[in-house]
Amino acid sequence: MIKIKYGISIMLMLMILLGGSIGWSASLPIVGGVMPDLSPGFSLPKPKDGVVIIEIFSMYCPYCQKEAPNVNKLYDKIQASPNLKSKIRLVGIGVGNSSYEVDVFRKKYSINFPLYADGDFVIHKKLGEPRTPYFIGVKINSDGSHRIFYSKLGEFGDVDAFLAEMVRLSGIK
Amino acid sequence: MKKRGSSKFVISCYTVVMTLAIATAAWAISDAYKENIYNPGALKPIDSKVKAKVGQLAPDFTLPAVAGEKIALSQYRGKKNVVLSFVPAAWTPVCSDQWPGYNIVQDMFNAHDAVLLGITVDNIPTLFSWTNQMGKLWFPVLSDFYPHGKVAQQYGILRTDGVAERAVFVIDKKGIIRYIDVHDINQRPSLEALITELEKLK
Repeated sequence: MIKIKYGISIMLMLMILLGGSIGWSASLPIVGGVMPDLSPGFSLPKPKDGVVIIEIFSMYCPYCQKEAPNVNKLYDKIQASPNLKSKIRLVGIGVGNSSYEVDVFRKKYSINFPLYADGDFVIHKKLGEPRTPYFIGVKINSDGSHRIFYSKLGEFGDVDAFLAEMVRLSGIK
Repeated sequence: MKKRGSSKFVISCYTVVMTLAIATAAWAISDAYKENIYNPGALKPIDSKVKAKVGQLAPDFTLPAVAGEKIALSQYRGKKNVVLSFVPAAWTPVCSDQWPGYNIVQDMFNAHDAVLLGITVDNIPTLFSWTNQMGKLWFPVLSDFYPHGKVAQQYGILRTDGVAERAVFVIDKKGIIRYIDVHDINQRPSLEALITELEKLK
């Protein structure tokens, strides 16, 4: 009897642990949904009636490296617009990257927007383990609540078209 | 009797938890590889007994590079520090996101008068098509395919399934091994640790 109890307990433990690591991880951010709590590694900025664009990247990812100058152009365009500058925040989260590695990436590509390190993949797992680069657009409402309006794998292509899409999909003025 | 049963149970649970904790793999895959990365799951962290030792002369070898030339470790003797980066296999998760990171820090290697040699036991055509996804690499990628894993064997890092460990060796200009990191195969070695070791070579 005791043996059976032990057997069941070990099986349950295995299922819970394996489930957490392979089969039952979180899903990718869904358009229309909300962001999971990513603290303590990252807190969602809250520009009132604004937008947060999050790039999930890794300094070890060739496409993220290739995309870096394009993302910088996006940031520069936002900063150059008196209207969008206060409404759109751009941030990057380096998944599986230590602070040191994020800093290497920042210096290599002269990145001026905030980058966060997710060295132990905690944020990556909470976001459903996306491949990189991955972009998430979040609209922040006036009451502080938020809604995901964009969630997509891969480079975003033309900067102007992407920025226009962010404005259109989020509905910011 | 019940007490003995309970201790057995605790030990069993502890073993299960520890095994899974140790074997947990963590990686983020670049979209550069699309759906082409084979996931072997969590593997035994280390599956060999390293023969090379810090302070010893690094075993010399000559291997073919993807670019076509043959590269001997001894050709750098008296000229350059050498970092050997062995990775287990092409088209697998952690390996695919290791060398592309080294690819953007050539200046850090140059600053320490070091060259990097990437090595796997894959054959040249496989390495060619895999490394093409990483962009243009500044460092040579060598094939330890035939005789299979001979160099990995020399260094004592050939696993029982025939792939190499995920291992980093730092060798100074005199050919002496100064640092060995036979890493958990499921995890990427820290870039900071490697650069710190290169700084010590001055």
